[in-house]
Amino acid sequence: MSVEDLLFAKTHEWVRVSEADGGKLATLGISAFAVEALTDLVFLELPEVGRQVSAGDSFGEIESVKAVSDIYSPVSGEVVEVNDELPNKLELFNDDPYGAGWIAKIRMTDEADLAALLSPADYEKLCAEEAM
Amino acid sequence: MVAMSTVMRETPLHEWHAANGGRMVDFAGWSMPVQYTSIVDEHHATRRQAGLFDISHMGRLRFDGSGAGPLLDSLLTRRVDNLKVGQVRYSLMTNESGGILDDVLVYRVAERDGAGEHHLLVVNASNREKIVAWIEQHLAADTTVDAKMTDLTFDWAMIAVQGPVAVELAGEFVDVDPAAMKYYTVTPTIVGLESGAKLDALVSRTGYTGEDGVELIVPSEWAAELWQELLDRGASRGATPVGLGARDTLRLEAAMPLYGHELDEAISPQQAGLDFAVNLTRGRGGPPRDFPGADVMRGLVDDATLPRRVGLVADGGRAPREHCPVLFDGKVVGEVTSGTHSPTLGHPIAMAYVAPQAAAVGTDVVVDVRGRQLPARVAELPFYTREH
Repeated sequence: MSVEDLLFAKTHEWVRVSEADGGKLATLGISAFAVEALTDLVFLELPEVGRQVSAGDSFGEIESVKAVSDIYSPVSGEVVEVNDELPNKLELFNDDPYGAGWIAKIRMTDEADLAALLSPADYEKLCAEEAM
Repeated sequence: MVAMSTVMRETPLHEWHAANGGRMVDFAGWSMPVQYTSIVDEHHATRRQAGLFDISHMGRLRFDGSGAGPLLDSLLTRRVDNLKVGQVRYSLMTNESGGILDDVLVYRVAERDGAGEHHLLVVNASNREKIVAWIEQHLAADTTVDAKMTDLTFDWAMIAVQGPVAVELAGEFVDVDPAAMKYYTVTPTIVGLESGAKLDALVSRTGYTGEDGVELIVPSEWAAELWQELLDRGASRGATPVGLGARDTLRLEAAMPLYGHELDEAISPQQAGLDFAVNLTRGRGGPPRDFPGADVMRGLVDDATLPRRVGLVADGGRAPREHCPVLFDGKVVGEVTSGTHSPTLGHPIAMAYVAPQAAAVGTDVVVDVRGRQLPARVAELPFYTREH
């Protein structure tokens, strides 16, 4: 999976947009930077399938030994699928954050949401700043 | 616009931490490493081999003079008058209402040349300034007392070496045999470095991890050299630098209270389950002791109506965290003070204060974790006891 076709939220989620049923489908997860920063993951709460979310909504939780973090939906729409095997295979976040480590798929209702997201290069800059 | 900036204090090892992957965070005004690699890996290294901890941020107060022992005895909940030279004791400092100002270690230390002695008080970083002011206030109240306090926090560094190979590793650096030292004892020693430097130091068989180990107090300017040599020589035996993240999970498994979480000025030692750290008399049936809050505590000894410190265990991955309400029979009966996912046990553990009716071991309770009802059970403390 290429990172180049991804968009990133400032809150460290990634999105891959594809065409489906004449609309846009957003597959999302959390970035390798976020996984690295969290380390020691112990728990994931997936969003519920069928849930309507707005961009910026907290719709899941990821917990490490140290702390709990919200997962925010980068886009608005309906959660149509979640990665059911992920809560029991948290190592996928480390092994393949942009592939097998995907969290949910959302049928988008507003393509304009994508304009607020960062390119891989801009996201990398953000991470470099945060890591300082 | 005037830029507001808070200058954080740095230990003598700060540069090493920053250059070696330490994720630096603000802890009680100090820039400290929370982890270098992974909290879980650092935790396991301490339980299985050896963890090295920079604990230079803790306050180190030295007391000299013939009145030093009596002064400390008058301020600490445990007796200092019968502390033997070379002994270390866990104690509390309480205020006039019996609330806990800090939990401390008091050391009675022989001078290395055998001439004379002094006392040392190691206090929490978050409380150092408060405790210094508290003691100064008592010193000022009676200027005839022959006791002098010196805050040596910045002159000395402190390194904890903890875990099954810790005593052996640290023993290679000192001119005494720490394996022959009893737990909770301290001895002056010379630390020898590869550069040939010889440091006046203290070694104590103490720690905050639930493992065997030692703590070394050395002059600040040599801390980085000693730290690096401990790591170099210990690397083949699994010695690992450990940050405050794993220090917290280790102490939590060992059910050691942390000031600001399990202890504060509104909590009595009895509620905290620290009755052992309170001597209201000099020996059983002996004369009553006087220290701030002693009279309040005399009335509290049999007070079983207050919330008690308990341990909680749960299943799954979601851990009870600080401030989560604890429910029993549908009613809030207490609050979590510390919680995490236990790396050793593989399930969530927590400490909480709960009302007596829910405090018995085995009681089924519910923890409200951000709106989710997590079933939990009151468990025996500590969660972890070392076998060796």
